[in-house]
Amino acid sequence: MDQPSSDSALSAEAGATPAVRFDNVGMRYGRGPEVLSDISFELPRGSFQFLTGPSGAGKTSLLRLIYLAERPSRGLVSLFGEDTSVMERDALPAFRRRIGVVFQDFRLLSHLSVFDNVALPLRVAGQGVRQYGEDIVELLNWVGLGHRIDALPPTLSGGEQQRAAIARAVVSRPEILIADEPTGNVDPEMGRRLLRLFVELNRLGTTVLIASHDISLIRSVNAPVLELAEGRLNRRARSV
Amino acid sequence: MNKPRRPAPLLPEEAGRDLPLLAVCAILIFLACLSVIGAAGAWQAASGWSGQLVSEVTLQVLPGEETNGDEAAREAGALASGLPGVVSVEVRARSASEALLRPWLGNARLPEDFPVPRLVTLEIDPENPPASGALDALFADAPYRVIVDDNRLWAGAIARASATVRYFAIGLVVLMCAAAAAVIVFAARAALSMRRDIAYALHLVGAPDRFIIALFQERFFMLGLKSGVAGSLMALLATLGLGYAGGSAGALFFLPSLAPGWGIVVIVPIAAFISGAISGLAARLAVSAGLQARWS
Ligand SMILES: Nc1ncnc2c1ncn2[C@@H]1O[C@H](COP(=O)(O)OP(=O)(O)O)[C@@H](O)[C@H]1O
Ligand SMILES: [Mg+2]
Repeated sequence: MDQPSSDSALSAEAGATPAVRFDNVGMRYGRGPEVLSDISFELPRGSFQFLTGPSGAGKTSLLRLIYLAERPSRGLVSLFGEDTSVMERDALPAFRRRIGVVFQDFRLLSHLSVFDNVALPLRVAGQGVRQYGEDIVELLNWVGLGHRIDALPPTLSGGEQQRAAIARAVVSRPEILIADEPTGNVDPEMGRRLLRLFVELNRLGTTVLIASHDISLIRSVNAPVLELAEGRLNRRARSV
Repeated sequence: MNKPRRPAPLLPEEAGRDLPLLAVCAILIFLACLSVIGAAGAWQAASGWSGQLVSEVTLQVLPGEETNGDEAAREAGALASGLPGVVSVEVRARSASEALLRPWLGNARLPEDFPVPRLVTLEIDPENPPASGALDALFADAPYRVIVDDNRLWAGAIARASATVRYFAIGLVVLMCAAAAAVIVFAARAALSMRRDIAYALHLVGAPDRFIIALFQERFFMLGLKSGVAGSLMALLATLGLGYAGGSAGALFFLPSLAPGWGIVVIVPIAAFISGAISGLAARLAVSAGLQARWS
């Protein structure tokens, strides 16, 4: 049913620079051991891929490199053709606005309502509530949170928090969407519904990378899978 | 569903938590305002005194062997009254000089021909005093000697004293502003580390540092404004209270009598603004440094 835009069509249209490119990337936290080693892959613009692997394999760490929360300890990470290791602090916000992130631990602000949490990226970009108000209500209805618009995150269930986090990640129509286990806390029915949101976004041109170890979810979409094991990457052909 | 929404503040309001900080800053502003008011009072008093001293010149006329003291004094007075800048002349009687000598000579009557110096008091126009040395030149050829005492010594001493008080007050104000800034830096750092989650979330949705800094700066500017109003109002009340409680207490602390009027009330907006600016700026520096310390 859900068919993300195909890789080949995209690389023809988007030209040479991929949205994300890793070249022999290694990463360690502080002086600890390398949690990622010799990682090389590309996310062509407009592609849709999964990242999978057992818990502790390094999925979250890899995603953190993409959304500029960490720098690689060796190798090259480039975003839209720019080397992240030489980016100035002042240049980061502009890149981050082009990336939407669903964090594994949601990172919703507990003193803000669901509405205000989802509005955060738009507020930071300088939009007023008049401009985004209706869009957010519509989006929240779509993810099934229409009745919890004014609730504070601590009063939400895990699944509801996850859907609020997804709404916040997609609300500004980012060029890249990174989702870290975005369906871990919802039932399979809601999981497929959320996945359809990502596919829809991908159809509109967003590059999507979803980390998940939910095999049935991955199988429901025909898309390439990057498989991590102990910090190393095995590329698997297709999910189905 | 279509009700108008007002975006919530991104930094949570913490009414209770800011209270001790507000109190510390208000007390510092209170002390700073007191020293400003005190210095202003001392300065006012000093300029009043030295104004009085400057507007009065005393001539001591020492009659010579052949001259009559009263005549010499009258002549000196007449000469002086012709000088531009001299408003009026009062030739004191011999008894006035004798009264001044009494503590040294006792009640013994002086012989009639004893050369007691005579005093001539000149009232000077303080706006337009005679040129310096003009009085001395006036009596250069007179057959009697005239010592011109223009109280310069006293005026100088008072000016020095009031300058000292002023510098001392400025020093105190600077110290208290520095203390307030240090307290705010400390508090802003604590606020940032307590609100790392907010800074982190804002960063990751693409907020530049200045966006986050502005949140804290605004918060601390308001805090400084509040403590500035509170502290300066307290200082004003304390001054009024001391003024009413009795002139003696007021004089003891160099506080003005408040006779000059309600102009002193301007200290409230000025203190509020300065306190707000110091607080906002200190928070800005602290948060900016705190954010720069990390790459992400
Ligand atoms: N902040 C951190 N500091 C130190 N080690 C970490 C940190 N985060 C993750 N790790 C370690 O990195 C490895 C990979 O973790 P992670 O990227 O979270 O894997 P996954 O998301 O696949 O479960 C694990 O061994 C984990 O213990
Ligand atoms: Mg993880």
